[in-house]
Amino acid sequence: MTAIEVLFGLLGLVVVGSALLVVTTTKLVHAALWLVVTLGALAGCYLLLAAEFVAWVQVLIYVGAVVVLLLFALMLTRAPTGAEAAATTGNRPLAAVVAALVAGALVATLVAGFTGVRIDLDHTLVGSAGSTGTAIFTSWVLPFEVLSVLLLAALIGAIVLSRSSSPTLARGGPTPIGPSQGHPVPNAERSGDDQ
Amino acid sequence: MSVLFPLVVAALLFAIGVYGVLARRNAVLVLMGVELMLNAVNLNLVAFDAYLRDVVHSGQVLTLFVIAIAAAEIGLGLAIVLMVFRSHRHIDVDRLRELSDSAAADEAIARDAGTPTCAPGSGA
Repeated sequence: MTAIEVLFGLLGLVVVGSALLVVTTTKLVHAALWLVVTLGALAGCYLLLAAEFVAWVQVLIYVGAVVVLLLFALMLTRAPTGAEAAATTGNRPLAAVVAALVAGALVATLVAGFTGVRIDLDHTLVGSAGSTGTAIFTSWVLPFEVLSVLLLAALIGAIVLSRSSSPTLARGGPTPIGPSQGHPVPNAERSGDDQ
Repeated sequence: MSVLFPLVVAALLFAIGVYGVLARRNAVLVLMGVELMLNAVNLNLVAFDAYLRDVVHSGQVLTLFVIAIAAAEIGLGLAIVLMVFRSHRHIDVDRLRELSDSAAADEAIARDAGTPTCAPGSGA
């Protein structure tokens, strides 16, 4: 084991451990904060794999923007800040079985296919801003432009969807589900859902 | 460094994301599971870029593209979640059953709607 392997193993433990906390914690805001730990440790993994520019983009976009967006969504949907007992659905054991099967199949395939294969990090090309930018703007110009149009369309769509007085909703008459605020949620409804 | 290190971490991260998507009740936390899966793919791409020593940096450039697509996805996804919250007053994915085919779900929707004027619309 080289030093870089030890370092990568530790970062991998942080990634997997905090990701487990993201999907199991009962405090919703804590899940978003554990996601910060996961994504930050992943940025460290990218640095160890000589992908310098990708690591900083990961910190800027994921840790900086996506997590803040998720926290805002939790705030706007009035997520409880305390522990929520019903944070997971009733089919949690089934989900755990499916996830274990996915992990088993993937890890078994990878171990069978890549045992003994090594990354030669001493001679690898460091993905600095210069080399990554050269690659994007020489070999990948067309996908880059198509992607920028896609991102623009998605963000315009997000703005249209999230306007509070959406003209399509106002014109469309009654919403399919009537406003249920002030309507007391009967206990029978919860038991009916579980069936 | 053995190529198995990043690949196994990515596989475990993907499985954890699958569990998050399947088991979480809150729609925002389901989106967090999707983010975990996308990050597992990114780690794979970066690892194979380093392993293959690609001169055009395919893996790293595709990672940047996936990050951009994830940003678009999370923007649209959260806008949809906010719309659902505005119309239903909750984002519990277990109770969003308008597209379910069972009679029990129809009754639950009729109860959820509360007012009799909405009941025919939910049955259609």
